[in-house]
Amino acid sequence: MTAPAKFIGRSVPRLEDRPLLMGRGRFAADISFPSQLHMRVVRSGHAHGNILSIDTTAARALPGVHAVWTADDVADIPPIDFRLTRVEGLQPYRQRVLASGRVRYVGDPVAAIFAEDAYAAEDAADHVAVAVETLPAILRADDEPQEFLPGHSTEPAEVRKGYGDVDAAFRAAHSVVALELIIGRHSGVPMETRGAIARYDAGRDMLEMYGAAKVPHWNRDQIARLLGRAPSSVNLFECHVGGGFGVRGELYPEDVLVCAAALRFQRPVKWIEDRRENLIAANHSRQQIHRVRAAIDAEGRILAIDDEFFHDQGGYVRTHGATVPDLTAAMLPGPYRVPAYRARGHIRLTNKTPGGTYRAPGRFESTFVRERLLDAVAAKVGIDVVEVRRRNLITKSEMPFTRGLDTLGTDIVYDSGDYARLLDKALAAIGWDATQKKLHARRAAGEKVGIGLAMFVEKSGLGPFDGVHVKVEPSGTIELVTGAASVGQGVETVMAQICADTLGVHYTNVRVIHGQTDRIEKGFGAFASRVTVMTGEATRLAAVSLRAKALAAAAELMQTPVDALDIVDGEVVRTGGKAGPSMSLADLARTLTNSGGLAAEGRFEFNHMVYPYGVHVAVTRVDGDTGGVVVERFLVAYDIGRAVNPMLVEGQIAGGVVQGIGGTLYEEFLYDENGEPLCVSFADYLMPTAHETPRIEIILTEDAPSPLNPLGLKGAGEGGANAVGAAIAAAIDDALGQPGAVTQLPVSPQRLKAMLKSSS
Amino acid sequence: MKPAAFVRHVPKTVEEALAILAEVAPQDGRVLAGGQSLVPIMAFRMARPAHLVDINEVAGLDRLAVDGGKLVIGARVRHAAFHKSVADGPLGKLLAYVVRHIAHYPIRMRGTFCGSLAHADPASEWCLVAATLGAEIVARSKRGTRTIAAADFFQGIMSTALAENELLTEARLPLLAADAKFGFYEFNRRAGDFAMAAALATYRLVDGKIAEPRIGVGGAEAQPRRIAQAEATLAGQAPGDAAFRAAAEAAAKAIDPLEDIQTSGEYRRDLVRAVVRRALEHSA
Repeated sequence: MTAPAKFIGRSVPRLEDRPLLMGRGRFAADISFPSQLHMRVVRSGHAHGNILSIDTTAARALPGVHAVWTADDVADIPPIDFRLTRVEGLQPYRQRVLASGRVRYVGDPVAAIFAEDAYAAEDAADHVAVAVETLPAILRADDEPQEFLPGHSTEPAEVRKGYGDVDAAFRAAHSVVALELIIGRHSGVPMETRGAIARYDAGRDMLEMYGAAKVPHWNRDQIARLLGRAPSSVNLFECHVGGGFGVRGELYPEDVLVCAAALRFQRPVKWIEDRRENLIAANHSRQQIHRVRAAIDAEGRILAIDDEFFHDQGGYVRTHGATVPDLTAAMLPGPYRVPAYRARGHIRLTNKTPGGTYRAPGRFESTFVRERLLDAVAAKVGIDVVEVRRRNLITKSEMPFTRGLDTLGTDIVYDSGDYARLLDKALAAIGWDATQKKLHARRAAGEKVGIGLAMFVEKSGLGPFDGVHVKVEPSGTIELVTGAASVGQGVETVMAQICADTLGVHYTNVRVIHGQTDRIEKGFGAFASRVTVMTGEATRLAAVSLRAKALAAAAELMQTPVDALDIVDGEVVRTGGKAGPSMSLADLARTLTNSGGLAAEGRFEFNHMVYPYGVHVAVTRVDGDTGGVVVERFLVAYDIGRAVNPMLVEGQIAGGVVQGIGGTLYEEFLYDENGEPLCVSFADYLMPTAHETPRIEIILTEDAPSPLNPLGLKGAGEGGANAVGAAIAAAIDDALGQPGAVTQLPVSPQRLKAMLKSSS
Repeated sequence: MKPAAFVRHVPKTVEEALAILAEVAPQDGRVLAGGQSLVPIMAFRMARPAHLVDINEVAGLDRLAVDGGKLVIGARVRHAAFHKSVADGPLGKLLAYVVRHIAHYPIRMRGTFCGSLAHADPASEWCLVAATLGAEIVARSKRGTRTIAAADFFQGIMSTALAENELLTEARLPLLAADAKFGFYEFNRRAGDFAMAAALATYRLVDGKIAEPRIGVGGAEAQPRRIAQAEATLAGQAPGDAAFRAAAEAAAKAIDPLEDIQTSGEYRRDLVRAVVRRALEHSA
């Protein structure tokens, strides 16, 4: 890169904002086609049972009803496959697009109505009679495994990871700390519910689906496979997306149903999920029970960690396969040395909504477990919570640090980091000592206030590769096409910034195309905080190549050596501001029209991940009378390696913190003893609002750029959510003066009140 | 989330509304005012009224005035009307304080005071106000008009003394004495949520002692009501921590708590103890 950084590192305004702020966004529900049918899914009202019969006669007879499907109508469609997993044995647990024989959670699709409008479709859904022989609902992942299908138990697999001699470490330990910890079931709940609009164009023999998100290319390939079509005869299109969080954009039964119906009926078919459906049908996440032990020496140094956990997978194994329990086990050791480690994660099917990934999957959970453990070690040894961490942190001189574990097909090697330095910065920013003093004085005056902190290592930038096409259009606009996806996080802006600096144009002249399978052959989408790292580097490589081509062509036309030329604001000029002829990239592109134009490709192959890291600090006030908790302060210190757009990174962190607060204090999918979901609206599923959210203090550092890509990039998407549960739990302990009090998330006021009573 | 089909009637006068209501009530006809409770449950299809009698264009129901020592609140008066004081003295201030706890601003722009009473959610702030202050509720049908005391009006969870063909045309709140004190407190998990418990207290001070105490508790039982045992502990006492704690304890003991998966009976009593004491502290 020869141009100086004009845009990378600056909080330039988002290219995405204008249509959104003007009310001109086009979300899935905004897409309609003439003569479309509306789909309504009939869902099981039973958590577990055998389907005896489904009578659709009355529904079919209603005006405006075009068709009603049950499992028999889609018997030729195989179950939905896994996108991410290397754990074997999960195949029998996949979900079919309509339940066949057995229903496994309230919300399981059992029939699909196709009607002339959404009202008629919903009327008809009310007239589908589903007779079910109910079976006992399995609601706890740590109950004894039962039969899922003949020959298959409700524990399809166990995730095992580890290294070192754990048993020897425990035998030699000065003491052992053991905890049982519970993380509640919650999930990403995008403001835009899911939606899918499919149409078939017989003229081109092309099946199209709008409303894609996250992984359009993978979903395109899967839809093609499930419907027996060539992938080249299926295209997916991403519209504006109102939040993804790991949940939206996975391939679900409804996506396949609309595509199958569009083909069969030769009419467009539209499905828009309602909120109740969203809360029982889209992936849940997080629910785990951990039984964890640490062997420690007399100074509080960890000698070994041994964790057994139970992962509540819900009714089926969906596209994520074993990703969440795998990451839980892989990321649990975090920023600490942990000489020996063993994790056994039991994946357990239950009769609840199936689970998948949610922002910081496996890390929100394992960070809660690990940091609770660190706090317990501190209490056991009688040192403070900062000191116990200092004694166990991996040092800068140990980088790169080979963890001895693998996940998602990559060996975990922390690429760079100075964890102790970030801890110092976080403590300085929050004013740790002064805040402690203030809180002490307030506690002396009768308030229940406390402070807690938690540390973590994140992961980001999953391969295997990303490709980007860039082209100078005759108008001078740079078109950048990527197979990444935007779920609202600012992909267009960040790619434009990287392209603009590398090439020598203004970032607003870069038009970024994403999420359109007809524009680029391959793409890996947006997940795992991968886009800035993977697509960012592919973008840089494409822009480097384009720049070289442009300069070579210009050198000839301008009769000037290449090394005497530069590109500034889209003009090829003499270097160093020397006077002389210049030529715009637009003119150059027009000149080259007949020789293929001015275009280039970039491809970044990467078999590792990069590992940003952070510290969360929370100050909380507990209402001893009601059990309510107020988060007074929340600070995130995060080392991003290199922030392409600090404003967007801060936005990612702030949003993650709010979701973390949700999972820590408010959000929980509860079920009654029959497996009936109790949180099916926003009156019962409590997401934090601005009222419940403090001003979030963010310290963004660039002390440890990744050595694995030239810009030093690491991902930003998940560090905000990662340690919120752990930090607030610690702060509540401190407020109550009861170390180790919080063992379960979310800390509902009733649970907190019970903790207070148990201590008095 | 698409409601079942219904017919919407838009009468212009109370008489017309009553005539339509008389006709459609037997077919599960319902009155639509602000719609902030009814419309969502229709979207969930938990309610499927075949007819809606939309009173938003009925003349005269927007009355909000003091008349004969009472604040008269017509059936079309929105929550937001109470953001500023609508009556001289403590009552206007009380209503302006309480209204800020009702849901969120957009909801307060649409929802109505009388609609809240007719809906009778146990956690409704206005139902608590009506029960505590002794509101009169005016119900009209084709057969005539009757006035129902709040204590008789609320009959359980979303259950009232209104007959299906009656329209709640107005509520009347007695003005508070110029020297009356009031306090309100509610606990919920998030701002704007339904209260898990709420309390409203009013009293006067005579020679430094509490007189005419009223303690109402909402959100904790099937319907909001005054708690006589708590009032009894307060009467004649000097306001202060000891008296307030005693009243709170009495209220916590007296209630028959609603229970759900998030709220045991014991916890509900804890909350009642807290909100009553804080309402009283707020009053002082």
